[in-house]
Amino acid sequence: MKNKTIQKIGFSVLFACIIITIMFLCSIIYFIVVRGIGSISWEFLTEAPRHAMTQGGVAPAIIGTFYLTLGAVLFALPLGAACAIYLTEYSPKGYAVNIIRMSINNLAGVPSVVFGLFGLAVFVKFLGFGVSILSGSLTLGILILPGIISAAQEALTAVPFSLREASLALGATQWQTIRKVVLPTALPGIMTGAILGVGRAAGETAPILFTAATFYTRGYPGSVLSETMALPYHIYALMTEGTHPAQQTAIAYGCSLILLVLVLVVSGGAIYVRHAQRSKYGY
Amino acid sequence: MSGMHRGASMDIKLARISVENLNFYYGAKHALKSINMNIYEKQVTAIIGPSGCGKSTLIRLFNRMNDLVPNTRLEGMINLDGRDINAPNMDVVDIRRRVGMVFQKPNPFPKTIFQNISYGLEIGGQTDKNIIESKVVEALKKAALWDEVKDRLTESALMLSGGQQQRLCIARCLAVEPEVILFDEPCASLDPISTKKIEELILELEKDYTIVIVTHNMQQAARVSDYTAFMYLGELVEFGLTDKIFTVPKDKRTEEYLSGKFG
Repeated sequence: MKNKTIQKIGFSVLFACIIITIMFLCSIIYFIVVRGIGSISWEFLTEAPRHAMTQGGVAPAIIGTFYLTLGAVLFALPLGAACAIYLTEYSPKGYAVNIIRMSINNLAGVPSVVFGLFGLAVFVKFLGFGVSILSGSLTLGILILPGIISAAQEALTAVPFSLREASLALGATQWQTIRKVVLPTALPGIMTGAILGVGRAAGETAPILFTAATFYTRGYPGSVLSETMALPYHIYALMTEGTHPAQQTAIAYGCSLILLVLVLVVSGGAIYVRHAQRSKYGY
Repeated sequence: MSGMHRGASMDIKLARISVENLNFYYGAKHALKSINMNIYEKQVTAIIGPSGCGKSTLIRLFNRMNDLVPNTRLEGMINLDGRDINAPNMDVVDIRRRVGMVFQKPNPFPKTIFQNISYGLEIGGQTDKNIIESKVVEALKKAALWDEVKDRLTESALMLSGGQQQRLCIARCLAVEPEVILFDEPCASLDPISTKKIEELILELEKDYTIVIVTHNMQQAARVSDYTAFMYLGELVEFGLTDKIFTVPKDKRTEEYLSGKFG
């Protein structure tokens, strides 16, 4: 009887923790929606800012964030997947690989502002890309690279060894086996890594601070070498600069709401693709 | 049953695979000890013995699947049609296309039924869609699966039952037209009815293929095989015609194993 009571208390505590966590999530969404929804209008979504950012819209920032995120994923996903394939499928197990693994994990722990400075030094100055979408995308790409590699490694390791055996036993080379059996099977898991990367890249401010973002542009970025507005940086700028704090705060909440929706839509789309892939083959 | 009949009409058979003085080590563990045996053309050879006796290790050496296991060492020779399969000039891809394998647990690819079969053809360089299609159909028919799946070729192979999946794996193996087929405990995870179907299939395939089957199940060995090899603790204790082994075993250990004293 006593043990049962203890068990009940234990489960209740665990359940309470879940509730608290969900409450945080819900209240974030609630506050952002309530405070941001007032700013949202067709004009807000489609026009450039006017009158010291107190009027008009934030379209250049939306577009900028979209480009930066897309660029980061286009750079980091193939590179990260390739690294993961090499590490799980080809590299000899042992000391050297453990060191590499540890390095990648450490890369994940580097503060994002440090990536920003690195991007400034390497992409902006040394490689001469300037403050641009390209520099910002590459910096964000490096930021999300470790996450993509770990997720891809996990996904590749989860592919049953028996599938590799089946393929090799049919006379496939290791390369054919990886390309046609292992990768397609691991794809949903690799996608998960990319989804998390999208969320991270879209929301990060520090890495684009010195590499891509600008306070204000009237139009849309013309090429990958243009500097650009971006939602996270725009929120930061609205909250720290300018002369109309009240109106700017409202717009910042509007931007937050857009950012939130943007990330949810992209994630949702990717989750749907992953789910469709899985159910097609009965996973 | 039929083994008696076939055993009685035994001629001098052609050895497709011959094992000469084979020793195999996993690190320091001596897994196979001085094995000598032949696998005869268009006969079923069963390898039986208790868990850990080395029977799976042996069969996996026939198509070099143990290449994937690190830290192993092989002494002696395994010849396929008189050529040492471990010689440096032998192409492992070629060996595996000639010596197919069906595994203990059905392991279909997470692809459609059709793609599972066409895979081996495509990686082999076949690009003609008509040829691929006719070979897929032929393989499914040979594996006695066609009637059950002909209307659902584009469904996932993972939707099939365990027994159907295993026959799909057999079809997949047949599609690349091997000469020898290795079965590594193919019925270990199947129910009795599915097991019966696989056994009937093996007896049918014997007409065209040289077959080696590792099995835990002595009755299965007696039912499907012409030759039986009994292994114990890495040694090949006895090898001969199935009828002889099961009726008049020469070695005491064989007799004890067959009568259920251990294993």
